[in-house]
Amino acid sequence: MSTSTAPASGTRRSRRRAEDVAGLGTKRALVFVTPALLVIALFLLFPALWTIYLGMTNFRLTGLAAANTEFVGLDNYAQALGDKSFWNSLWLTVIFVGFSGVLGQTLLGFTLAWSTRRIVGWARTLLESVVLAAWVIPGSVHAFLWIALLDRRGGTLNALLGTDGKAWLIEHPMTIIVIFNIWVGTAFSMQLFSSALSAVPPSQMESARMAGASGWEQLRDVVLPNIRGHVLTNTLMITLWTFNTFTPYLLTAGGPNGKTEILSVYIYKTAIPGGQLGFGAALSMIMLLINLGIALLYMRIGRSKK
Amino acid sequence: MVNAIAGGKNAAEAEWIESYVIPKFVEAQKAKGVEVDVKFEPQGVDDEDYKTKIALDLSSKKGADVLGIDGIWTGEFAQAGYIKPLNQVAKDADSWDGWEQMTDAVQQALSFDGERYGVPQGSDGRVIYYNKTLFEKAGLPTDWQPTSWDEILEAGRALKKVDGVTPIQLNAGTAMGEATSMQGYLPMLMGTNQKLWADGKWYGDTQGMRDVLGLYKTIYIDEGLGDPILQQEASGRDTSFAEFAAGKIGILFEGDYFWRSVINPAEGVGTAPMADRDTVVGYAKIPAMKPGSGINGQDFVSMSGGTGRVLNPNSKNPDLAWELLAFMNSPEAFEARAAGTLSISPRKDVNDKLLASDKMLTFVNTEVLPITAYRPGLAEYPEVSAKLQQATLDVVSGTSPEDAAKSFADALPSIVGGEDNIAQG
Repeated sequence: MSTSTAPASGTRRSRRRAEDVAGLGTKRALVFVTPALLVIALFLLFPALWTIYLGMTNFRLTGLAAANTEFVGLDNYAQALGDKSFWNSLWLTVIFVGFSGVLGQTLLGFTLAWSTRRIVGWARTLLESVVLAAWVIPGSVHAFLWIALLDRRGGTLNALLGTDGKAWLIEHPMTIIVIFNIWVGTAFSMQLFSSALSAVPPSQMESARMAGASGWEQLRDVVLPNIRGHVLTNTLMITLWTFNTFTPYLLTAGGPNGKTEILSVYIYKTAIPGGQLGFGAALSMIMLLINLGIALLYMRIGRSKK
Repeated sequence: MVNAIAGGKNAAEAEWIESYVIPKFVEAQKAKGVEVDVKFEPQGVDDEDYKTKIALDLSSKKGADVLGIDGIWTGEFAQAGYIKPLNQVAKDADSWDGWEQMTDAVQQALSFDGERYGVPQGSDGRVIYYNKTLFEKAGLPTDWQPTSWDEILEAGRALKKVDGVTPIQLNAGTAMGEATSMQGYLPMLMGTNQKLWADGKWYGDTQGMRDVLGLYKTIYIDEGLGDPILQQEASGRDTSFAEFAAGKIGILFEGDYFWRSVINPAEGVGTAPMADRDTVVGYAKIPAMKPGSGINGQDFVSMSGGTGRVLNPNSKNPDLAWELLAFMNSPEAFEARAAGTLSISPRKDVNDKLLASDKMLTFVNTEVLPITAYRPGLAEYPEVSAKLQQATLDVVSGTSPEDAAKSFADALPSIVGGEDNIAQG
């Protein structure tokens, strides 16, 4: 971040000293940070540049294009933007992120945090353990549990509802993965909001109550202004996580007939089973740019509110 | 590395490699004064995933010395430079005496551009399986050989009256992957005398395609003879196997793999073993749409593929790897392999000696393989195949055969390199 005013020449020296808190000097400081920079270059920068390069080739997993890869410039990007299935998967992703992440996890997480804020002691520990369990179990185990729950033949849900033979994953695929993702991620929002709520100054809440504010008014006028930063952080992280998640693939494999082919699944199917590695790399770049766009948007909202 | 694992997929092959191939090969080498250490990398995944895995291994110059592959991958792997003609990898490959036991047609399965890239492991054929118990209940003959699509549909209609039975399982859709093309769409297409590819041209929206898609519509949409939901489930194929083994599917189209591996009652071989396989499961040739309407004017049709093993050109010990590969294809090794489950071997000497003990495989070897057809071994085939699967999925989920065929034809030019490569009319 640059500062808004340029330092006057007279202050430059003292500023420099202030920045060099450790007093190492440029050379020794470089020695200290070089290993970290190398690691970043090797594991972050290089793969990113490589993806950009791959995205401009027609590289494929097998066949002639695997042996004689050609540079095709922006053709892959043009192909993606002109491709119905790309836009379809982007639209599915918007629905998925909107309902499961932004609406589902945030609202449910906040509701849970708000309604349980007065619970303390062992009951609190128990509650947190139960909620967190959903969050710490690995994705593949989640998927297995949900497949067992939703299975068409002898699944738990069908047994409970008496709807034997109902293929939930085929008949309501998007609804299922939305509910699934809410279940997986709500714990994070709940924990984050719980700690945010505990940071709301009790004196303000007390004053609001004394003034006769209803529960909703307390929420609107005291709590929300105090935790706005948390809401924003939570929404940003959840949006990005949900945007990038691949776990729904384990439930539906993108099916039936592409109805749950969100962007991450679409890229995987194009690049790995489909063998179009160059095109897949270009799609990954597009996804990365959308991620950056989301992050910038939230940061802008955050700054304007201040 | 092969796509086989103890207790799972192709378990008999994994067992054979671990308890016969490796110890015997090590022993034989020791007798020559060579110490070798052979490691087996088992895999038990979907064929598409296995293909991705070895393609990535080979592209990064890694991977096992001997790799099991599907014959249809030979062309695209060779074009990518991942595999090389056998005689370029191992100097003794051409002088192997085993080649004399394999017909040219068999060798073709692992050849590309006139060069041998690997040793074929065997061939297979597609047939109709049916459950005799269910046929009896439906008042159908237990010794059944339909001669047209109509007769299959008639049997399906009779089976529909039996409670809790899905009459016909003809693979459709993308979730089934290549099984849809090999066991569903393509054998049916051969029955209309329509080609998929010939003389450098692909065929798009043809009468044959519309006929096949019409059959799918009849089975899955119009008459409810098949289970359209099963076709879209992520693990639909395995589920269909289990349902057939449980006596809930009347008629199933599959390769002989289904008989010798999936429902094989021998211990630890099949993933859906049927103890009463030999008495309950019947098999018949796949009829053309009408008698004589099949490819080359045939009454019956089939599709075949072949698997095989190739050498990794990045091997540190290519000549030793070849010795292992040759050993795996020796008559003794095939006989040991047959002790687990018999399959149609590429070797005449082995087939002559062993196949007589299994009526089903003799049937495939003598009745089905002579009338069978093969997929075009071209790099663009997998993508064309994916679009064929999509066309069947479209029909099964309600699109008309005409519209599905048109979508296929519209997608074809960009896959096969333009209109010039597509047959007109």
